[in-house]
Amino acid sequence: MKKSYKIEVDCANCANLMEQAAKKTPGVKDAVVSFMALKMTVEFEEGADPAAVMKDVLKACRKVEPDCEIFM
Amino acid sequence: MNKKQKNALYRILISAALLILANVLPLPYWMKCAVYAAAYLTVGWDILRKAALGIKNKQVFDENFLMAVATIGAIVLAVVDGSGDFNEAVAVMLFYQIGELFQSIAVGKSRKSIAALMDIRPDYANIEVDGQLEQVDPDEVAVGSVIVVQPGERIPIDGTVIEGSSSVNTAALTGESAPRDVNVGDEVISGCINLSGVLRVKTTKEFGESTVSKILELVENSSSNKSRSENFISKFARVYTPVVCFSALALALLPPLVRTVMGLPADFGSWAYRALTFLVISCPCALVISIPLSFFAGIGGASREGILIKGSNYLETMSQVKTVVFDKTGTITKGVFEVVGIHHNKEEAARIIEYAAHAECASSHPISQSIRRHYGQEPDRNRVQNIEEISGQGVTATVDGVSVAAGNDKLMRKLGVEFIPCRSAGTIIHVALDGEYAGHILISDLEKEDIREALDALRSVGVTKLVMLTGDAESAAKQVAEHVGIDEYHSELLPGDKVEKVEALLRELGGGKGKLAFVGDGINDAPVLSRADIGIAMGALGSDAAIEAADVVLMDDDPMKISRAIKISRKCLKIVYENIVFALAVKLICLILGALGLAGMWAAIFADVGVMVLAVLNAMRALKTK
Repeated sequence: MKKSYKIEVDCANCANLMEQAAKKTPGVKDAVVSFMALKMTVEFEEGADPAAVMKDVLKACRKVEPDCEIFM
Repeated sequence: MNKKQKNALYRILISAALLILANVLPLPYWMKCAVYAAAYLTVGWDILRKAALGIKNKQVFDENFLMAVATIGAIVLAVVDGSGDFNEAVAVMLFYQIGELFQSIAVGKSRKSIAALMDIRPDYANIEVDGQLEQVDPDEVAVGSVIVVQPGERIPIDGTVIEGSSSVNTAALTGESAPRDVNVGDEVISGCINLSGVLRVKTTKEFGESTVSKILELVENSSSNKSRSENFISKFARVYTPVVCFSALALALLPPLVRTVMGLPADFGSWAYRALTFLVISCPCALVISIPLSFFAGIGGASREGILIKGSNYLETMSQVKTVVFDKTGTITKGVFEVVGIHHNKEEAARIIEYAAHAECASSHPISQSIRRHYGQEPDRNRVQNIEEISGQGVTATVDGVSVAAGNDKLMRKLGVEFIPCRSAGTIIHVALDGEYAGHILISDLEKEDIREALDALRSVGVTKLVMLTGDAESAAKQVAEHVGIDEYHSELLPGDKVEKVEALLRELGGGKGKLAFVGDGINDAPVLSRADIGIAMGALGSDAAIEAADVVLMDDDPMKISRAIKISRKCLKIVYENIVFALAVKLICLILGALGLAGMWAAIFADVGVMVLAVLNAMRALKTK
């Protein structure tokens, strides 16, 4: 399942770091962050609960970029 | 500027003022230090905070950390050598923040201008309730509802006009500025602007399935298909920063050690300073921001011309196209059959077409339609009896008591009528009246008027091979291919054969630098569109299947758009490479000069911010497609 979320982030490199962090989060099959569109597209593993996984994704992203936001 | 940016601007101004005060006012040493500290913290506290958080979260190597270490290092050096000159530390932080602010404004601007290009989302639909117009969310309008579109409004949902006539502007979708006339019975497409009259439209789709939603979805998703250049840069950025950091560390420690061993003074201070200069240069911002920005602007600029590109990876591939394969119908030709000649035997041409049109009055075949169109009147069905359609051959019927047979060679043979074969290329409809041969009608699919110019334009942008595939007969294919100037053609192909031909052409290219583009009208050619390196669907306005299957969607059927698309992609890629080379070259030069002690921190920060500004300005050029 694929879902996309609006995000808030200030720098392009931070967006790349968020993408890396999201990709490594358990339950996420693949993730793409577009800095220009301010969008994160997440493909979830089968059977994963998107809401729970996204919580972890946000946590992981906050670690690499404290000021980022993901609107769920 | 938004709130965040204003905030940053104020901090920069206050800090700059404090820095000037510290230099101009005759203050005692400790007061000077206090003013410098205030200036430094005003502009740099958030960097220090993020650097600290980064260390806490074990994410050390980011630009905040680099800037923090470089400036604190410079402060420590100034204290140690007793100069008390903190200008450098404050200035580096100051310029870094100015660069960040500029970047944020530039990115915001380009986001807005591209969003404005694609601002085709209708906000409401008008429905009539008890004679009063009511505005509702287009999402809530059911299929088959009647909506009212007033002049100046955007058509919110695809549908058919049931009342009123007007002209509509499709510029937002196709880039074509000439308005299109619509009357009762015509299909209208969402996203177009109604110009003159009030239209009542019966919706044929839900909002979510309408053209405008499909296009917006496509554009929004395009940013998630990243190009090789983008992936290269994000990988590069991950490696570059740590490498420069460790080089800085080596630069600070190794030369003094070597000097000590050789019996020279260690000179720790000046090597430490050179190392700090390294850190300032190590920020990959210019690259990381300008590459996606260039692609974003390129895709935005193309969509303004009615060329929708589904991702920066396709933009990249598009720029390398060397072979263009056309599916004849709808790309080289109009895909509309027309009667181009009536070769009569005994009867008059007008009578032949009249009988044929009546005999074909019940058929919906494109050929029959073209005969009826040429006849120019609605056939009178009362004059026609005993209509019999023979699949793959033609039609027999009785018209005004005369038995009419209209069809191909097979039909004539079956009826035992002797016919005269036609030398011209195209579809031939023989007509026999009361079992006697009367003549034949020549029908052909007309070439697009500007197809030759379009093919020349393709050659001029570096396409070396033009191939035409068609299901038509050899003679028809040959005539068209020779007339428009195609290099290679393959005729009498079934849909499956087209995939094979494209695969063979791909093998010929050998998977090298040159790429193959397939251009189709999006009908029945989804497998070939997806097999080619890049699938281009043209005349896609209103055809969902084409929009889904293709990588590049041309909203109208103008063949000139193919070379435009290649040109736009070339320009965008050129900008991307310029930025990569320029930014890397400047950084490398600064690193070398820094290591040799020829460039100080001032030069480093100017180089860093300057490259970023230039790269961003260069990236914005991709938006201008003219």
